[in-house]
Amino acid sequence: MGVISNGTTLLDAGALDSGVVTGAMTLIKTVTASTSSTISFVDGASGVVLDDTYKEYIIKFTDVHLGSDDKRFTLQGSIDAGSNYNVNATTSTFRAKHAEDDSGSGFEYTNGHDSDNGTAFFQISDILGSGNNADDCIAGFLQLFNPSSTTFVKHFKGRFNANNTGECIGGFGAGYFNTTSAIDAIQFKADAGNIDAGTFKLYGIK
Amino acid sequence: MAILSNAVEMADAGAFSVGLGAMTFIKELNTSGGAVANMTFHHGASSVVLDSTYPIYKFVFSNMHPAGNAVFWLFQANAVGESGFNEQINSSTFRAVNPENSSNGQVDYIASIDQANGTGFQNICSDGDIKTNNDSCISGELLIFNPSSTTFVKQFMASTNHMVNNSQSSDNYINGYFNTTAAIDEFQFKFNSGNIDAGTIKLYGIKDS
Repeated sequence: MGVISNGTTLLDAGALDSGVVTGAMTLIKTVTASTSSTISFVDGASGVVLDDTYKEYIIKFTDVHLGSDDKRFTLQGSIDAGSNYNVNATTSTFRAKHAEDDSGSGFEYTNGHDSDNGTAFFQISDILGSGNNADDCIAGFLQLFNPSSTTFVKHFKGRFNANNTGECIGGFGAGYFNTTSAIDAIQFKADAGNIDAGTFKLYGIK
Repeated sequence: MAILSNAVEMADAGAFSVGLGAMTFIKELNTSGGAVANMTFHHGASSVVLDSTYPIYKFVFSNMHPAGNAVFWLFQANAVGESGFNEQINSSTFRAVNPENSSNGQVDYIASIDQANGTGFQNICSDGDIKTNNDSCISGELLIFNPSSTTFVKQFMASTNHMVNNSQSSDNYINGYFNTTAAIDEFQFKFNSGNIDAGTIKLYGIKDS
């Protein structure tokens, strides 16, 4: 039985009617790191949707604290539901940085931390996560555009801010997974050691 | 009384059980009542929520127009139970700028507005110079990550665009963190001189699960 208000159907068949306006950003999945070796979002697993349901996905990460000192926060995609994370990716990366003691600042392309059609895990931009300082963390987001396309490469953009042993680093990166296969999983990890803490939220944009 | 449809609970106890979108509008401040010196969002006041209810907050400011000439757009925060907008900020800033009448565009780091554990208001419009010309303004957004944390510093990111000196477009990127483990529950926006003549700031919460 539907719920009708003033002649307008609001609820029916166990769902909001398609005519009911809701927000365009839908939380799909939250994963909380706790001394985790990896953080993964795999379509069809654990309630994750990462297919053609949405044209755009955003993963927001908050208070990511790496378990070991001077390690890097990286990511990769998968075309086989997380069996392998090794998709060819080409990226460009840059950052603006500034020391807490004002001893230096900089704006630079982070050569060596981009990916040249490589299949290894890569960074959004260069940041050494500090595991030794309890209040150090990384926060930001990764936008993934139309990952289910089987026609085009898959573009993404990322941005973060982080503090590492007395330095503020604003990181920016963008690129594409150089494949026409659908990307159906994304994984984050440190280049060595664990992700000690942090919250990762996957959203779909209608 | 719960409302069920096809055996699925849709609403109960005065709230929807089904998802209505992850980005929730919390509060709007504007100048409909006239120019104001600043716009301040304080948890618990005037229906503002700025606590652990949401892990991420987003301010969107549109068409902020100054009463004073050649000014900067700024923000700061205040920790729970403290007074004054004077939290320690570390920030980095850069911009891409291009004049209306030439192709002399450039990208540069703006060292004059970054902060090194400074307690002043953070400039989020690079070299500013927002004029009082009727069509001159600044718009953009500011993301605040987990302001209620008592463990970590509070990361933030701002992206703005504004008209410089009534003749240039400046695309500004400001990243930083409040270097405190105290929870933050109050944010203030203002120009460095004079009132906010016109403009709207909206606060959104991005939901937890």
